[in-house]
Amino acid sequence: MRYVEEFNDPALARRLLDDIRATATRPWALMEVCGGQTHSIIRHGIDQLLPDGLELIHGPGCPVCVTPLEMIDKALAIASRPEVVFCSFGDMLRVPGTDRDLFRVKSAGGDVRVVYSPLDAVRIARRTPDREVVFFGIGFETTAPANVMAVHQADRLGLRNFSMLVSHVRVPPAIEAIMRSPECRVQGFLAAGHVCSVMGLAEYPPLAERHRVPIVVTGFEPLDILEGIRRAVHQLERGTHRVENAYPRAVRDEGNPAALAMLAEVFVTTDRSWRGIGRIPDSGWSLAPAWRSFDAEHRFQVTGVTTEEPAVCRSGDVLQGLVKPHECEAFGTLCTPRTPLGATMVSSEGACAAYYHYRRLRPAAATARAPQDAGSTEEATPVG
Amino acid sequence: MADTVLDPSAWTCPAPLREQGVVVMGHGGGGALSAELMEHLFAPAYGNDVLADLADSAAVELGGTRLALSTDSYVVRPLFFPGGCIGDLAVNGTVNDLAMSGARAAFLSCAFILEEGTELEVVGRIAQAIGAAARAAGVTVVTGDTKVVDSGHGDGVYVTTSGIGLIPRGVDIRPQRAAPGDVVLVSGPVGMHGIAILSVRESLEFGADVTSDTAPLGGLVSSMLEVAGDLHALRDPTRGGLATTLNEIAAAAGCGIVIDEHRVPVPEPVANACGFLGLDPLYVANEGRLVACVPAADAEAVLAAMRAHPCGTAATAIGACVADHPGGVLARSRFGGTRVVDLPVGEQLPRIC
Repeated sequence: MRYVEEFNDPALARRLLDDIRATATRPWALMEVCGGQTHSIIRHGIDQLLPDGLELIHGPGCPVCVTPLEMIDKALAIASRPEVVFCSFGDMLRVPGTDRDLFRVKSAGGDVRVVYSPLDAVRIARRTPDREVVFFGIGFETTAPANVMAVHQADRLGLRNFSMLVSHVRVPPAIEAIMRSPECRVQGFLAAGHVCSVMGLAEYPPLAERHRVPIVVTGFEPLDILEGIRRAVHQLERGTHRVENAYPRAVRDEGNPAALAMLAEVFVTTDRSWRGIGRIPDSGWSLAPAWRSFDAEHRFQVTGVTTEEPAVCRSGDVLQGLVKPHECEAFGTLCTPRTPLGATMVSSEGACAAYYHYRRLRPAAATARAPQDAGSTEEATPVG
Repeated sequence: MADTVLDPSAWTCPAPLREQGVVVMGHGGGGALSAELMEHLFAPAYGNDVLADLADSAAVELGGTRLALSTDSYVVRPLFFPGGCIGDLAVNGTVNDLAMSGARAAFLSCAFILEEGTELEVVGRIAQAIGAAARAAGVTVVTGDTKVVDSGHGDGVYVTTSGIGLIPRGVDIRPQRAAPGDVVLVSGPVGMHGIAILSVRESLEFGADVTSDTAPLGGLVSSMLEVAGDLHALRDPTRGGLATTLNEIAAAAGCGIVIDEHRVPVPEPVANACGFLGLDPLYVANEGRLVACVPAADAEAVLAAMRAHPCGTAATAIGACVADHPGGVLARSRFGGTRVVDLPVGEQLPRIC
């Protein structure tokens, strides 16, 4: 696979970091929107390499984390039905609903399957015409084209036993909501490259203009992220607030026209609740009325399921960048990936889980000591 | 959305998930849930010092002889995969568990649980593989058992093997003995078995040029013992992968471990598959690799001996045991940042994007 190793080059990373250090004259707070970016930042320790005062706030871009409790409860209700094969992306299985998760439904005899694509669910529906196959359609704009394609295919194949529980969310309304929050600290955004590869850039200039924030469309490899940060810092220092595309190998200004056309046909925008945040107008997609026969909420009549989210943890503050995960009292004690209090601890893309996995041990002692250890390792090994 | 103003004070978060008191898949995943099951359910029920070590194999004394004893069940799906089958795993897995205490496996038992309706040709191929793997490993299958369960109550073929072997005099290899200053070695590329299996799973077939690394490690360990003054710890990173094994060693020894992530050999097809599946290669299963903690003075000689053996040609040093952060494992990225390499909760779940 090309385009991976090239974007992990330490020498180039140092040059970008030098540029960032030389450019930043005062503190700035940037938000990386996408959970995949958060994952990469923490995994590679990029946040530790930035100059003091340049802060990365981990945004709400983990689709697993923001799927509302109510929708999880609907999924659990549907998956528990004996006639249903419930198909989901893997990391949704561990997300707690009110009293259990999909793993527990599976343990109790429910037919819950991990699939890698909604088209796999369509295939299962074809093979098992006597079962109701339901796909849990979550995600941002990134996964939306595959999901509408699955509905399209099911329709073309005349499958009556396929439906989708749709809980799609959209990035731009979330950025809008974050910027409108009175306590917002975000001064610039690293927009999610994959989202923009589908949607293009058109939605972002009004946001940048209205809130006077630079928005840099950014990829996911370490060099992509450093380049996104570098461009955002340059803009902030210059006082500009443009939309820039720092991920041109995947993102065209116009996005993916074929995907956009299909999205427009199958989905309509809708208000959507974000777990830990609340309702954001127009921030989601649901199936358009013409496609309602594929809507699992209607087919299984779970539209009446409503769940109040109890106020326990601070994931909402984390998602908005008001606190860092480890500043939450429950972090690492009451709240761990094993016993997640909040959705941000559930998915490995969630800010809290990322912190827990990668930053829980304060690495100060280790980084001070490790080079010495590595030295002795190196001496002991003729070939690395 | 013009009039939306968020009130962060109203931002809330769900209540904790309560344990349901049933077995979930994660209990067999080799991670934190497996460890809890062992520690809180089995160990108290059986109650003895040998078991309390929670090693890959038990070291016991019988009639003045030190023996290693181990047992393992195999439930892999599909039964046949690139590079091997359940039969290879059943032999090599138990042979390797014994090897991790320095023992050369001598005898194996082999029990089958067969599902009604399974083709005899399939069972025959697995038996042939078991015979061939045993010969390759220099071990003899001396006893066995066969049970059949109703159609629909099994996954075709389950195999359980137990093994016994002699621990050479003077050899004391246990995870507890890893110590600050030890060099951490890995015997070859990681993640191959897990990705080979995933690449042929139903509904997930993808063309990865990866075969399982399943192999017997007794010979490799013998070569290492010949040159090492004192091997401290050996472990084969099977379920839960390298990350889990390093965590187990760190926890048992009460030391920290720091690895340089870019030194961990990850074959390109494994890295690519992990990339698009949303998996971390450090957590992907291996069936023919070992991790060794070796005193720094011995590391070079041990590494040379490993590389001279067919099962260790790509052996490499990936890090060191340290006195800091006891029980914790850190990985340094090639950019200089660090991250915690944690014990997985249960099964590794693919990330969505």
